[in-house]
Amino acid sequence: MPVRIYMDANATTPLLPEVVEAMYPYWVENFGNASSIHQDGQKARQAVDAARHTLASFFNCSEAEVVFNSGGTEGDNTALFGLLRPGDHLITTSIEHSAVLQAAQRLALRGIEVSYVDPEPSGIITPESIGKAIRPETRLISMMLANNETGVLQPVQAVGRLATDHGIFFHIDAVQGAGKVQIDVKQIGCHLLSISAHKMHGPKGVGALYVRRGTPIEPLLVGGSHERRRRAGTENVPGIVGLGKAAELAMKSLADGTMDQVAALRDRLEKGILALPDTGLNGQLPDGTPVLRAANTTNIWFDNLEGEALVIALDLKGLAVSGGSACHSGATEPSHVLMAMGINKTRARASIRFSLLKTVTLEEVDRVLQIIPEAVAKLRSISPAMAGTLG
Amino acid sequence: MSQTDTIAVAMSGGVDSSTVAALLAHEGNTVVGLTLQLWDQTRLAGKHGIPDAPKAGRCCSLDDVYDARKVASHLGIPYYVVNQEERFEQDVVRPFVSEYLAGRTPIPCSLCNNHLKFDQLLNTARSIGASRIATGHYAINEYDPARGRWILKRPADRAKDQTYFLFGLTQDQLAHTLFPLGNLTKPEVRDAARDRGLALAEKPDSQEICFIPGGDYKQFLTAYLEEQGEKMPDSAGELVASDGNVIGRHEGITGFTVGQRKGLRVSSPTPLYVLQIAPASNRVTVGADEELATRHLRASRLNWISIPALAGPMRVQIKIRHRHEPAWATLEPDPADPENSVVATFDEPQRAVTPGQSAVFYNGDEVVGGGWIR
Repeated sequence: MPVRIYMDANATTPLLPEVVEAMYPYWVENFGNASSIHQDGQKARQAVDAARHTLASFFNCSEAEVVFNSGGTEGDNTALFGLLRPGDHLITTSIEHSAVLQAAQRLALRGIEVSYVDPEPSGIITPESIGKAIRPETRLISMMLANNETGVLQPVQAVGRLATDHGIFFHIDAVQGAGKVQIDVKQIGCHLLSISAHKMHGPKGVGALYVRRGTPIEPLLVGGSHERRRRAGTENVPGIVGLGKAAELAMKSLADGTMDQVAALRDRLEKGILALPDTGLNGQLPDGTPVLRAANTTNIWFDNLEGEALVIALDLKGLAVSGGSACHSGATEPSHVLMAMGINKTRARASIRFSLLKTVTLEEVDRVLQIIPEAVAKLRSISPAMAGTLG
Repeated sequence: MSQTDTIAVAMSGGVDSSTVAALLAHEGNTVVGLTLQLWDQTRLAGKHGIPDAPKAGRCCSLDDVYDARKVASHLGIPYYVVNQEERFEQDVVRPFVSEYLAGRTPIPCSLCNNHLKFDQLLNTARSIGASRIATGHYAINEYDPARGRWILKRPADRAKDQTYFLFGLTQDQLAHTLFPLGNLTKPEVRDAARDRGLALAEKPDSQEICFIPGGDYKQFLTAYLEEQGEKMPDSAGELVASDGNVIGRHEGITGFTVGQRKGLRVSSPTPLYVLQIAPASNRVTVGADEELATRHLRASRLNWISIPALAGPMRVQIKIRHRHEPAWATLEPDPADPENSVVATFDEPQRAVTPGQSAVFYNGDEVVGGGWIR
């Protein structure tokens, strides 16, 4: 079996040892329910509050504005379902994660008008195009900080100003941005911002939603009075502790230059792959300059081959990457993000996302730069015209 | 073991292909499981009476992918689902629809095997470093050095014989394909599955066409055309007796099959059967059972397996549909188009030779070749 190299961090990441260690006492030893009044409960409460403190500095908000939940999908769903009522208008984009897109589609069935703003061919949603979609009934703008497929960073600050000017609520899906770029909810001017722990070396099944004080959001889950009645359900104490530790380490990595190193390795990888013939970058300006992207992500198309076969071939050679999005059966469908950028179906199918862990090494990148040309050459030799017959 | 020894097993989630994967893995081969995702079972569900929640036992339903994945995990082999929905629609569903609208009765499984499944599996297999594929078809595939050809033969379990659907395989495809179940009977396959701890050893066989849950072609056609924004063409026309007399009208040629008895809605002292469907005039000719019998057929879009080409007359047995007992005939190149077409003369008249179905030529157990009945 070849040594495995994992370059699919935008799907999920492994827990850092410090995170596992921080969570450990909260499975058995400090197992209490954070809502209980006894000392066992108090220990759990302290841990949750300590994590809340960390998340408040992660978002640059007050502790009362942090709501723990089950992750990105719940945060996105809460923002949309919690704010919008029939007759309202929602502005979102065609490159959002399905946690937003599917929620928007369901809201549309319930009498909420939805506008989907398309990106530029570079993958950027311009503030102007958002501005044009604003109507008197617009209640919420929901867009992502960093795109999961291309890594392209969106001009959220400019959109935040637009939202403020028009008195519109603003939600950011920061699931892919968190840990990769600095987040400052005050500077952005958003009311809601969702993150997920497992995209930044924390555990799965836990996340947080920033809710600006005074935002009239209705909870998605009702029951007990947890999280100041904004999210019912016994707190996932070990998970929340893990999220807290992951957020702390993410802030550290942004401050100490780790993420800059990741960006440099990503650039090395990208340059090496783009040196192959008939390849190109998804996420660049017409003149070929890459746009601002999350430090760890690059999305590259390969002409004259089938992307799905390349992903499998690379997997069998020990490299985990992804192409497109998994459909119900686990087969791959061309990415809706790339299609929205105007990339044709054949090329969208043959596009591969490389997303690096923050623990990525130079050796791994150089090994991948050996594997890719071999695999690409092999696929092209087998069926050079195949990709052209599809789509 | 080197990458070139890898075998890609086409896994449908059924007991046959699962057993193939298990047998090959237990023999020590490097095995990779592949499922071709061909049709989204939820796509037309609920429309025009198509069943809502597809039952298990059909290719590419979610349950079947789940089962295949479970088998792969049990065997410890990598497993992937490959999306071929677009190609399937283009190469199988579309031709199926146009054939059907033209009054013929197509066999999508042969279309799929000939034009998509084996070609695509081999391509994907080669792309991922596997030189051969294996499937759960009941057929035997052997190389004959004397003739220098790969020979396709009927399997040990005659009741499960699938050679009829495999006549389109090329020599290159046969050379890189394994049919490990060819010498086993179905009960033996179930035993093998049980012995290897496969939970689905008792899973019932699937019989239906994978993209037509419920098996109602007409429902499917109506729903599919509606989805495509197309109208079912009006093909209503005259119902004609074999002597040429108009005896009634029908609502459309789609849905009629040569040999069909039900649904004609004309009264007659003796049972009437569809003898001929003429798409140009939308005329459907009906007649008595004995009129269905014919001694001749013409087939084109040929593929030869045990011989390089048909040089002159040859005695063969011909199967004209899946459940047909092969009948003796003399096969000759069609004088009108000797390269691409053959004519066959049966020793005994055969009932309901149906355009759109395939005719597969046998010499004993060997598949000589086959073509599509015109």
